[in-house]
Amino acid sequence: MTIEDKLAQDAFKNDEASHITLDQSICKDCRERFCIYSCPAHLYSLNEETGQMQVEFAGCLECGTCMIACIYGSVNWNYPRGGFGVQYRYG
Amino acid sequence: MEKIDVVIVGGGFAGLSCAYALAGEDLTVLVLERGDFSGSKNVTGGRIYLGPIRDLLPDLWEEAPFERHVTKEALTLMAEGSSTTLQLSSQKMNQRPYPSYTILRSRFDRWFADKVMGKGVYIVPEKRVDDLMLEDGRVVGVKTGEEEIGAEVVVAADGILSFCAEKAGLRKPFEPQQVAVGFKEVIQLPRGTIEDRFGLSGEEGMAHLFVGALTKGMMGGGFLYTNLDSISLGMVIGIDAINQREPREEVYQLLDEFKQSPEVKKLIEGGTLVEYSAHLIPEGGINAMPKLYADGILVVGDAAGFGLNMLITVRGMEYAVASGVMAAEAIKDAKKKGEFSVRSLAHYEDLLRNSFLLKELETFRHALSILKNPRWFNHYPQVICDLYEKLMWVDENPKPRLSSTAYGELRKSILTLQGMKDILSLRRI
Repeated sequence: MTIEDKLAQDAFKNDEASHITLDQSICKDCRERFCIYSCPAHLYSLNEETGQMQVEFAGCLECGTCMIACIYGSVNWNYPRGGFGVQYRYG
Repeated sequence: MEKIDVVIVGGGFAGLSCAYALAGEDLTVLVLERGDFSGSKNVTGGRIYLGPIRDLLPDLWEEAPFERHVTKEALTLMAEGSSTTLQLSSQKMNQRPYPSYTILRSRFDRWFADKVMGKGVYIVPEKRVDDLMLEDGRVVGVKTGEEEIGAEVVVAADGILSFCAEKAGLRKPFEPQQVAVGFKEVIQLPRGTIEDRFGLSGEEGMAHLFVGALTKGMMGGGFLYTNLDSISLGMVIGIDAINQREPREEVYQLLDEFKQSPEVKKLIEGGTLVEYSAHLIPEGGINAMPKLYADGILVVGDAAGFGLNMLITVRGMEYAVASGVMAAEAIKDAKKKGEFSVRSLAHYEDLLRNSFLLKELETFRHALSILKNPRWFNHYPQVICDLYEKLMWVDENPKPRLSSTAYGELRKSILTLQGMKDILSLRRI
């Protein structure tokens, strides 16, 4: 089962705008990519064409791991607006 | 500006416990919950211990929708190619009042919120608090969207990322060393299958922890809890450990490898994944504790970093309930005095200091620094499994004395300077 299959089991109500933004000027100098390795939902990737980091906010489990793992402070992270985001049915 | 008495930010265990304990008093109380309903943003591993909190909310627990009461405990040391399991079946744990239960938070918190509302406290869902209102350095309310809600006191029950506590200047964002990420699958299985597979009757339950090779040297472990008709299977790994790991490892993949291990595979066979979730866990203990109050604000539960990795179990929900109730006590006291100043709210910390909560955090002050030792995860589980395997091994050669086998194994691994240091370090847990 892929991580995408797992996330497909969750209920999401996605907002239009992302609740996570990255500071590409910080990301461009990062070698470790802490975000990629720590995100339990596998939402971070490096766009090979643009060389920029990207994050798929739509599958976010709202743990906040990326914000803490990124010690360079690139991850600007807020909770989704009230009523949006993941809706756990078991938790 | 018109003010109500108490705004509680967050309708999880800490916020709801505070609201429940305040209900029926001559106080106006409002709970703001950012999810569709209480519990929709909450995740646990999950197991809760009732012993420390039963009397704090005495009328709550009897009909509470827990999953199973834990009567079996297991700890598996995972090595390469083998594992060793220690298992306890306890009749004492099978007697009422049961000491601990497995739990699913979305179900539980939703029920708890109904209880709180039944007591006359209003809970507003889909309300994210965006900022605090400050006046001369004191907290006087919250901002949510365009709306401002004035309050004599704000209770920051907004979870481990507590933006409220940060905005009030009570704490800084956590460092990677102070938190772990937990991620889990809820796997549905027929009730009877769970009971047969784990040797349980009725609503008996099992809590099973795993430590060793599964985290590839990173601080953390795995867990399996039996619910009524599902299994909670997951892992907890320190964020700093993920950051430092060489070669790099995408952490979400570890759970798939864990599921494929022979120790787990059969236990979840035929099950259906119904949810995948993740949540941060505060592990900094008392060393990472923020300031707990200021003029017009109190911090409770995960927001205050009230969590503890005690090696053989991870604690947090009891602390959320207890700190919520104690915040309520302090608020009632402040209301009587007619002031919600820092001096008045200091009573909250006094209550915590005299309770199990801060006493436990104090007792386990060194737990995290000891757990950071990677040898607990990549060395000793292997040593123990190798030793046990050697002791049990019989082949064409004449079997040597058990004591020589044991000594030979231990001399390589534990009866060394490093081994002794590690063992001695455990005195401080």
